[in-house]
Amino acid sequence: MAYLELNNLSKTYGQGNSATEVLSNINLSIEEGEFVAIVGFTGSGKTTLVNLVNGLLQPTKGEVLFKGQAVVGTSHERGVIFQNYSLLPWLTVGQNVYMAVKESFPKEKKSTLNKIVSKYVEMVNLTPALNKRPAELSGGMRQRVAVARALAMKPEMIVMDEPLGALDALTRGNLQDEILNIWEKEKCTALLITNDVDEGIYMADRIIPLRPGPNATLGPEFKINIDRPRDKTGLNDNPDFKRTRNAVIEYLMDIGNQRKSESEKEYELPDLSPKNFVGHFK
Amino acid sequence: MKQSIALGKLTKFMGSGFLGTLKSIFTGKIEKEDFKNFLRKVMVPIASILIFIGLWHMGAKSLYTIEANYKIEKALSEQGQQAADAMKACIASGDVSCQPNTLPSPAQVWASYKTLLQDHYAIRANKKAFKEKTATINAERLAEGKNPITYTGRPSFVDQILTSLKTVFAGFLLAFIIAVPIGIVIGLSKTLRSSANWLIQIFKPVSPVVWLLLVFMIVKTLTKDSQSDSAFIISFISVGLCAMWPTLVNTAMGVASVDKDYINVAKVLKLGTFKKVYQVILPSSLPLIFTGLRITLSVSWMVLIAIELLAQSPGLGSFVWEEFQNGAIDSNSKIIVAMFVIGGIGFLLDRMMLTIQNMVSFNKNDGV
Ligand SMILES: Nc1ncnc2c1ncn2[C@@H]1O[C@H](COP(=O)(O)OP(=O)(O)O)[C@@H](O)[C@H]1O
Ligand SMILES: [Mg+2]
Repeated sequence: MAYLELNNLSKTYGQGNSATEVLSNINLSIEEGEFVAIVGFTGSGKTTLVNLVNGLLQPTKGEVLFKGQAVVGTSHERGVIFQNYSLLPWLTVGQNVYMAVKESFPKEKKSTLNKIVSKYVEMVNLTPALNKRPAELSGGMRQRVAVARALAMKPEMIVMDEPLGALDALTRGNLQDEILNIWEKEKCTALLITNDVDEGIYMADRIIPLRPGPNATLGPEFKINIDRPRDKTGLNDNPDFKRTRNAVIEYLMDIGNQRKSESEKEYELPDLSPKNFVGHFK
Repeated sequence: MKQSIALGKLTKFMGSGFLGTLKSIFTGKIEKEDFKNFLRKVMVPIASILIFIGLWHMGAKSLYTIEANYKIEKALSEQGQQAADAMKACIASGDVSCQPNTLPSPAQVWASYKTLLQDHYAIRANKKAFKEKTATINAERLAEGKNPITYTGRPSFVDQILTSLKTVFAGFLLAFIIAVPIGIVIGLSKTLRSSANWLIQIFKPVSPVVWLLLVFMIVKTLTKDSQSDSAFIISFISVGLCAMWPTLVNTAMGVASVDKDYINVAKVLKLGTFKKVYQVILPSSLPLIFTGLRITLSVSWMVLIAIELLAQSPGLGSFVWEEFQNGAIDSNSKIIVAMFVIGGIGFLLDRMMLTIQNMVSFNKNDGV
């Protein structure tokens, strides 16, 4: 039995005539300690999939099994990093993290909780910003807080929904390494949703494309057999990396072309953008 | 340095560039840009005030002439030429008994303002003297277990203002205590929201007068055998009921429209219902709640005058009404003094709320 299992998972939004099946027939199993990445176009149903895994949504058909148990709601065992940070703007960095830690370890003393908060805030290099509010932070810093908040709860599994999507390339690279470090140190299981094939290959053990919705379903998986720690600069010359990258991209392109020829209608990308895109220009 | 910070705060409080520009004049930092600003932010407001006073003065003057001519003509048609001439002379002499009763001029209003102020000082001195005079007697009476003798003289204009402020704050507090909790409860439940909607829609536009009568019916019966000041109770309850609706609606709206992201955070952290309300829903709806409270406070102040006037509870409202009924020579100008005082206090109350509102607010997109 796998650690996390998605069995014949389908999700339909709306009812009657307006019903659209966003995800259909998703099957996936993740082993403990694994790092799995799912890549897909915007609007293909990635967030929907993540919310089914973390328990914010319930499937229309099929089931999500976490350690053999059906997922019926959220759980502290599965930490979530949201696509749009979702920090509480009236709380400082420290308070945002503290709130999560307090819920995760309700019996601990305040001083212990504070120690955990400082440890994780330090881990994402935000100690100088401990007492700042999200409004005073750049997009990258906010995303770091979100990472710290999710990890400080010491989840067994961490579910990330395009956690770095709104960041510039440089910040993105740094945070990728930070997340990988923490994942290795804490030995948790990770599910990463991304729209960046390179990022998926750099970080994960397996990468799986999501065929765009409606009726999105998972494509074939690609194993990434590159030794860790991976060297980002050397990656471009790594034959394994190049092969996997080309295969995934070709697969996604093929789907795109197929869709175009199937219908005259252009595939319309929903107008989804990160809530505060301006953030990282600050 | 400290002074300039305080001034900066004051400027922010006043919410206008006027003081800011004045500040830069005092601190001697005038440049070309500043001069333009000086013109726009200092000279133009001052000019507009002068124009306003000028127009008022001319308007009052022509109204005075119309009223005077009417009086003379009336005397002429009713009592003949001789009476008309007498009337003319009387008006010209400035005799109190025959002055035309019309819109007072700025100068008259200013004079009345000074009179009211002097009156206040006189009454205050009186009170003090009374207190000193009765101090020993009151001590004896208290020792004997009797009620002390209290000052029962006429309240001064300033006393009336303070009474009005007391009533408005009591009413505001009542509105706060009723509207915020109910708003939260309604906001949390869709069912309650739709069942309370008709009630809110019907009661929201009800005029202060009707609220007063309603409260009067109830409070009159309830306070039949109690000693308490029922006029005060009636007026502050009416003010509260009348003004609470914006807060109620805004609170419900704020609670009902909390960003889905925050709700998701609450779910992922597995916050209990109580914590979810206190740590996520309330803070996120605080800006809207405060907008509601700000409207409530200004509505309270606005309806207070009318309610005091009707409930005959002491305060600015009854001051205005008494002066109107009084019909003394300077009554009209006293009413206009009251008008400016009412407007000025209303402005300050609104600024106060705005400052508090800015303190508790955050930008809606700050967290995401
Ligand atoms: N609550 C919802 N109700 C109806 N449709 C939704 C809802 N959430 C998402 N969708 C639709 O489902 C599709 C997939 O959305 P989403 O999972 O957010 O995609 P992604 O995260 O890959 O960009 C989109 O077409 C979107 O419009
Ligand atoms: Mg998404």
